Amino acid sequence: MRTDWHRLDATQLAHEHQSGARSVVDTIAACCARTQRLQPRWNAYLALDCERALARAHTLERAVTRGRLHGVPIAVKANLAVKGLESSCASRMLAGWRAPYSATVVERLEAEGAVVIGTTNMDEYAMGSSGESSAFGATRNPWDETRAPGGSSSGSAAAVAGHLVPLALGSDTGGSVRQPAAWCGLAGFKPTWGRISRYGLVAYASSLDCVAPLARSVRDLELALEIMAGPDARDATCSHSVLPAPVHYKDLEGLVLGIPQEWREALTDGPSRVAFEACVQAARAAGARLVEVSLPLTRHAVSCYYLLATVEAASNLARFDGLRYGMRADDYSGRGHNSSLAVSIAASRTQGFGSEVKRRIVLGTYALSAGHADAWHAHAAKVRTLVCREFDDAWRQCDALLGPTTPFPAIRLGERSHDPLALYACDALTTPVSLAGLPAASLRAPLVLHDGVQLPSGAQVVTQRGADRLSLRIAEVLEAQLGTQALPSPAAEVEA
Amino acid sequence: MNLVRQVDTTAWLSPQTGQLWELVIGLEVHCQLATQSKLFCGCAVEFGAAPNTRVCAVCSAQPGSLPVLNGEALRLAVRAGVALGCSIATHTHFDRKHYFYCDLPKGYQISQAARPFCTGGGVRLRSGKLVRLQRIHLEEDAGKAIHDRGAETLVDLNRAGVPLIESVTEADLAAPEEAVEYLAALKETLQHAGVSACDMEKGELRCDVNVSVRKPGAAYGTKVEIKNLNSFRFVAAAIEYELQRQVAALESGDPAQRIVQETRLWDTEQGVTRSMRTKEGAADYRYMPEPDLPELQLPASFVERERSMLGEPPAERRARWQHRWHLSAKDAEALTHTRELADWFEAAVRAGAPPKECASFLLNEVLTAQPDSLSLLLPRQVASLVTMVAAGEVSHASARSVLRVTLAEGTEPEVVVQQHGLRMVLDTRQIEDWCRQALVGREAIIADVKAGKAAAVNALLGPALKLAAGKANAAVVRETLLRLIAES
Repeated sequence: MRTDWHRLDATQLAHEHQSGARSVVDTIAACCARTQRLQPRWNAYLALDCERALARAHTLERAVTRGRLHGVPIAVKANLAVKGLESSCASRMLAGWRAPYSATVVERLEAEGAVVIGTTNMDEYAMGSSGESSAFGATRNPWDETRAPGGSSSGSAAAVAGHLVPLALGSDTGGSVRQPAAWCGLAGFKPTWGRISRYGLVAYASSLDCVAPLARSVRDLELALEIMAGPDARDATCSHSVLPAPVHYKDLEGLVLGIPQEWREALTDGPSRVAFEACVQAARAAGARLVEVSLPLTRHAVSCYYLLATVEAASNLARFDGLRYGMRADDYSGRGHNSSLAVSIAASRTQGFGSEVKRRIVLGTYALSAGHADAWHAHAAKVRTLVCREFDDAWRQCDALLGPTTPFPAIRLGERSHDPLALYACDALTTPVSLAGLPAASLRAPLVLHDGVQLPSGAQVVTQRGADRLSLRIAEVLEAQLGTQALPSPAAEVEA
Repeated sequence: MNLVRQVDTTAWLSPQTGQLWELVIGLEVHCQLATQSKLFCGCAVEFGAAPNTRVCAVCSAQPGSLPVLNGEALRLAVRAGVALGCSIATHTHFDRKHYFYCDLPKGYQISQAARPFCTGGGVRLRSGKLVRLQRIHLEEDAGKAIHDRGAETLVDLNRAGVPLIESVTEADLAAPEEAVEYLAALKETLQHAGVSACDMEKGELRCDVNVSVRKPGAAYGTKVEIKNLNSFRFVAAAIEYELQRQVAALESGDPAQRIVQETRLWDTEQGVTRSMRTKEGAADYRYMPEPDLPELQLPASFVERERSMLGEPPAERRARWQHRWHLSAKDAEALTHTRELADWFEAAVRAGAPPKECASFLLNEVLTAQPDSLSLLLPRQVASLVTMVAAGEVSHASARSVLRVTLAEGTEPEVVVQQHGLRMVLDTRQIEDWCRQALVGREAIIADVKAGKAAAVNALLGPALKLAAGKANAAVVRETLLRLIAES
């Protein structure tokens, strides 16, 4: 049995399975063994189903038609529906809830031969930037186990960074895939809003939510995008426009990249600035013309995002009332139908949701309530329009934007978990892009020395709505130029 | 208190105080659209199905599910607006209306707040008064909470997500009978436009009434809303009750009886309204745009297509029939009971049936024969039967038997007439022959007739018809008898 499967990316692994050079059953068996062994160390998964994965591997091994992800093990964030698997959203509210159907993206990946190993840990209902709001314990960053992997797609990031799978699905609402990608030294891609079907993604903030892949190479992200994109009759907001054919760039000759000065200035520490300047240099070396652009509304993006996202969250989470599925509190009492109903719903939600989720529901309810909606929700909606216009202005000056993904590298576990505003600051550079619904590829940037340890950093390439391919192509050229993809990650050496 | 309605007005006199009072009424009507499936998922709309058997991931609000708009519901909503003379918005969107209840799986209802499909329009009453519509919007129904099966409340989600249109009038109505007339006209329009079956027994048409009283010409008083009335009779009775209650309260001068803005429920058993919740306890619905459904653009061609589906308004149809075809008002009314029946009747006339005779045959014979008669017959078949009767070729009694056979076996009426030998004998010489035989030995009667007692001939009618074995027309036989007596 070959045990080097975990060093390969999804594209390579699928090739070897397709050609018969490698056995799918061997890969999945080794993957399950490694996962079970390392699960206690990083707490990447919430639910594992190795039995199901192995059964599928045997079927795939015999299959005549072999898809583009033939036999590739994947991890799926626990807010995506995988039929029969527990998708708890890392909440006590949904503990034990097995989806009665599969998300469109899961169906499409499985149709290409992907094998779902399990559902991954996350911030509860995707609300968080460190993975620490999970009701089932924080996930650890495989690069430094005292640190957070980022969030909210914490488990998916840790699973890919820990070489438990080459490819994982997360969701990116305000940066929940790009930020953990940056903190775990991965590539992560947030598509144009509406490019990939959201059917089967448990909604947090619908007008911002995107299903988003995480991988160790940009080419894997593009493969995942190709498979997942496309119209879906079950999601009315999923674009009917066809993903354009791939464009191959060897370099960035003829392209203009804008560097937002506010994003550059948001970097708080010297090493992070150095790492980002290396990315800028790489872009220049690859032939891009660089211009400085200004996005002054960046400083309002976090406030605007947290108002709009919480308003939608309060609405989307209203369905978790304990009546049809999920946790129902049993220690309630009341008189009359309505009274006992209200008491039961309140008790279930009080016991079922964690404090960050409750904070956001209260915030969002307040911001949309009579007498306050104009001052908060309507105002934030206007700011969002202005943010979109600011990006539109930028597209008159450049083809793409290049900026850091996060203001600082991975934080220590517990460092900001009691200070929500400090934690929200992690999203300063990802939320503007989310508000505008733009595609953004985050790639692995050079390591930074931080508090005496080498930590990964990330850079994001943002393009116009619909130009998903372009952002990935530029990221791939930069990845090659920087050589970061080829650098080893310490977790690969952790043997099962 | 017993207020006295003033003759030919919409004012009521209070006998105690001598004060005149007026009613101010506005109606909100929920009407279920005649679609095969629900508004945002593929589940069947089916009244009376076993509980929770018409439910899927979407309408039970499973985590991760998303709504997709049913295009047929959109078409019917637009058609309703066109039928009622509303202006149709070119751009519109859905909103979420939030509240917690066990029959509302998502914790919000997908409805329309800021930009409804239709604004303006209205319904004209027989008096010439126009009841203006404020708006019509499209929304989903909630499920059903069942409280009367033991200690626990049960929830049936079959109805959750069924498409509804809500139409809201201005406060233009001034009397219970005006409200009922408006509702009847609205129902007829929606039925004939094919928008809804409006079956009130099945809850397909439900009405909320806003009602207040005032002194003539004064500003509007405080209104109360009476929710969920499911019959015209209850609407009238509830308005009547509120009129009495509100005037009594206002005239009492008692601050404790002050009218408060509130929602009331109609108690069908006691015939009274009861307070459900006051405005202070009213929910804050926190409307917000529905992010899961894209904004809708309705091109003019879309609206025009629905306009072309409307057909002739029932009132115009009745007028045309009465004027051109000389139908009685009663028959015209009965035949426009549904669009289907009206279209059927027109088709039979187009197939050659004489209209008046056809109307009477349809109403008195076909519709009374069996409940599904119309679906078993072709308009052409009834046309041919009625034509034969009108020409005297088939007797009324025979036509009834032919109808029975055609309904049961599907045989063409001409064939039935042929096979059963039901065609009337029109040959004068044959009829004279039967009459001569009937006259044999009846000299007394002949003498009576000759003496001027024409009615005496009736005694010969039976024997003559018996000889003809029912194949002769009685009137023709009578005439022939009289002629033969006169000639003898």
